[in-house]
Amino acid sequence: MLSIQSLSKTYADGTRALAGIDLDVPNAEIVALIGGSGCGKTTLLRLIAGLDRPSAGRIALDGEPITGPHPGVGLVFQEPRLLPWLTVADNVGFGIEHQPKRERRERIAHALERVGLAGHAGRWPRELSGGQQQRVSIARAFVASPRVLLLDEPFSALDAFTRKDLHRHLLSLWEEVRPTVLIVTHDVAEAVALADRAIVMRPHPGHLDDTVVLPMRRPRDPAAPASEAATRTILSALDHSLRPRDASRAPQLAGGSSF
Amino acid sequence: MSAPAILSSDEEQSAPSARPGRVAVLGTGARLALGLLVPLALALGWEVAVAAGVASGRLLPPPSRVGAALWTLAASGELWTHVEATLIRVGLGFAFGASAGILAGALTATLPALRWLVDPSLQALRAVPSLAWVPLFILWFGILETPKVALIAVGVFFPVYVGVAGAIASVDRKLVEVGRIFRLSKLALARRILLPAVLPATLTALRTGLGLGFLFVVAAELMGASEGLGYLLLDGQQFSKPDQILAAIISFAVVGKAADAVLVALTGPLVRWQDTARDTL
Repeated sequence: MLSIQSLSKTYADGTRALAGIDLDVPNAEIVALIGGSGCGKTTLLRLIAGLDRPSAGRIALDGEPITGPHPGVGLVFQEPRLLPWLTVADNVGFGIEHQPKRERRERIAHALERVGLAGHAGRWPRELSGGQQQRVSIARAFVASPRVLLLDEPFSALDAFTRKDLHRHLLSLWEEVRPTVLIVTHDVAEAVALADRAIVMRPHPGHLDDTVVLPMRRPRDPAAPASEAATRTILSALDHSLRPRDASRAPQLAGGSSF
Repeated sequence: MSAPAILSSDEEQSAPSARPGRVAVLGTGARLALGLLVPLALALGWEVAVAAGVASGRLLPPPSRVGAALWTLAASGELWTHVEATLIRVGLGFAFGASAGILAGALTATLPALRWLVDPSLQALRAVPSLAWVPLFILWFGILETPKVALIAVGVFFPVYVGVAGAIASVDRKLVEVGRIFRLSKLALARRILLPAVLPATLTALRTGLGLGFLFVVAAELMGASEGLGYLLLDGQQFSKPDQILAAIISFAVVGKAADAVLVALTGPLVRWQDTARDTL
């Protein structure tokens, strides 16, 4: 269980990026954080990853407080961020160098196979396409067997076909390791394709505005009625989150969002 | 006008599979020959001009006389003595200057307090033309090897210092975060991310430093030496032997280029991963 209690982040220049975030994510749940730009999605992820320190509040993983980068928490950045001087295989194994050589090699090979890059182990990152590089970075996060995997708009720079392909790879890895997943996205279709729960965020300061539960079974068909209904619900919640706060929210809540 | 057109259409028609092969051939032999074309043509032209009596060749001897001078120097073993003396000076000066530059650059780039303390002074010293130190070095160290090596070391130090400090300062924060996510210790972060990231810029700085090392060895040897390629230059001037001056200049070119090539060959495997245009330039 990843639990976040009254989390706030105010930057040194006085910008209030996040205020009063309360969120509990049970193990192996996939949560999509969705919202317009500047609503603190990335800030929230960086706090959970331990890259930044919160101004107030606490984050705990299975009761253990997170105060810095944690072995149980993995992060996939918006860009692949592969180390250009390491081969694809060494990039995947970057976080598990302390493991015995043989186990390490096996895990790397397995992860590369899972993301469909088994034949590319010895190549340089620069020789791969953008989608392939992002697959390597997902494999790099997965080989460390994280209990919580954070993804910060990992597919935003990719075309629709590649993105769909990566959703498949991500879900297949998730099936195997079953980590808790928090994925930041601005793509409603992505949230509907992947998540058990979509949380809409709202800016000034960033906070959680609305939650849409997505109980459909996987694999999901984006054209299925349930998916389309979910998409509409999230879109209206997003629409609401972009409107001024004094607008009455009761009718919107009655309109189909479920807590 | 028509010849290039025919040539290009001919190329268009040739099988595409044959093209990479042709490019590769042009990449090795032909490219080398192309680079030699201009100096060879100039040399040949001058040789012919002197032989035909158009020019006297007294102040600028024809290539045959320069070659003969070079040959005489090499055959007597004199040339090797001079090359060796020069190389030892450059080698020692480069070793001291580059090590100090790497150390100072790494320390000032990673310790802000130290940077604020010494970087302004070092930058001020960098603004002093290195040759301005010569009188002081002679007073301090005498006229033998020490002032020469010191001068070269000073010349090598500054570009390496600036290059290394700049390389460390510009390491991508995003890659450092990858290291933080995987909880690397400070030492592991330096070894696995900072070091490889600054390597290419450091090697470029070292090459610049080596080039300056050869610049300053001439200055050092001109100010008084009994051996070395710079001494050959001065000797040639004092005894009106332009062929010897040119022979020394050619030796400088060959030795300098060879030293640079050795440095590149030794360090090339370290930066093989780089995504640069080097292969296509």
